[in-house]
Amino acid sequence: MTDYLVPLILLTVCCLALRKKENAYNILIGGAADGLKLLLTLTPTLILLLTAVTMLRASGAVEVISAYLAPIFRCFGIPPETAILVLIRPISGSAALAIGADLMTRHGVDSIIGRTVAVMLGSTETTFYTISVYFGAAGIKKTRYTVPAALIADFVGFTVASLTVRLLF
Amino acid sequence: MVMSWIFTGIVAIALVAAIALGRGSELAAAVPTGAQAGIALVISMAGSICLWTGVGALMDKVGLTDCLSKLLKPLLKRLFPSTQKDTQLSQHLSANICANFLGLGNAATPMGIQAAQRLSIKSNHVASDELCRLIVLNTASIQLIPATVAAIRASLGCTTPFDILPAVWITSLCSAGLGLTAAWLMGKLWRR
Repeated sequence: MTDYLVPLILLTVCCLALRKKENAYNILIGGAADGLKLLLTLTPTLILLLTAVTMLRASGAVEVISAYLAPIFRCFGIPPETAILVLIRPISGSAALAIGADLMTRHGVDSIIGRTVAVMLGSTETTFYTISVYFGAAGIKKTRYTVPAALIADFVGFTVASLTVRLLF
Repeated sequence: MVMSWIFTGIVAIALVAAIALGRGSELAAAVPTGAQAGIALVISMAGSICLWTGVGALMDKVGLTDCLSKLLKPLLKRLFPSTQKDTQLSQHLSANICANFLGLGNAATPMGIQAAQRLSIKSNHVASDELCRLIVLNTASIQLIPATVAAIRASLGCTTPFDILPAVWITSLCSAGLGLTAAWLMGKLWRR
């Protein structure tokens, strides 16, 4: 089923564009060029953060931290191997990407852990960054219950990601 | 500034752990390996990222964004009652949600910020319930195609990088739904 999903989305969008007499090809090219700009800003960050994450992994710190947190994570059905990702995801998007890529490489992209990591990355956001950008722009000083509510949403995301992967794969 | 602390913190923890566990040579080897892994990751996911930002732009041009915002109207009315009086706010809000949905993060943020500013004109530096809801909705990340993650999966040799889509959709909907419920409950309890 999911095999045809992406090609179908591609075809549908192109057909819709042709029906509207839009230059589908040129728009795709323009968008792809924007993607390249995005990648250019992402590159230095990812190089630095993957260096830091690889160091953290090689030092053995990750295993120590994961082992300490394992009982809590197991309690909620979250694989303890993902502990580091869960901790960093709300704070830094690119660090989370670096950790996620590292975890997927080590445990295998198609393993339960690899897939759980992918679903976690795909269904959560850099919560603290988002909050600071929006409140900063709106000039808000009293944030009331936003932080706890957003963190609850994140926590639900992490547990449901672990659950759906176990059920669907 | 936050990132400087995170980076320094990670390196410091790594150094302390390596000394404690006697893994000095592994730590030294990790520095060049990590840097190379960084550039390798960027290069191997570049193709998919460019393709999907292209598709996202096309989706927007084709009018999928407008179509989506029409579908979202009943939901928006309930979550953000002020949109009924303020059409501009309504436009910014639906553009923000739709751009997020299509994975156009760069387009979503400016729209969301404009909506946040309109929602807090008379707020006197205190977040309103509606602004809290907007932020919870934005942090839950409801996305049709999580292109970056799929790109990483493909770059690591996964032949079906998109088979996680149903799981991602279910997870996003659950976290957005429960996050909004939590916000609603706390909004009742938390007086300004």
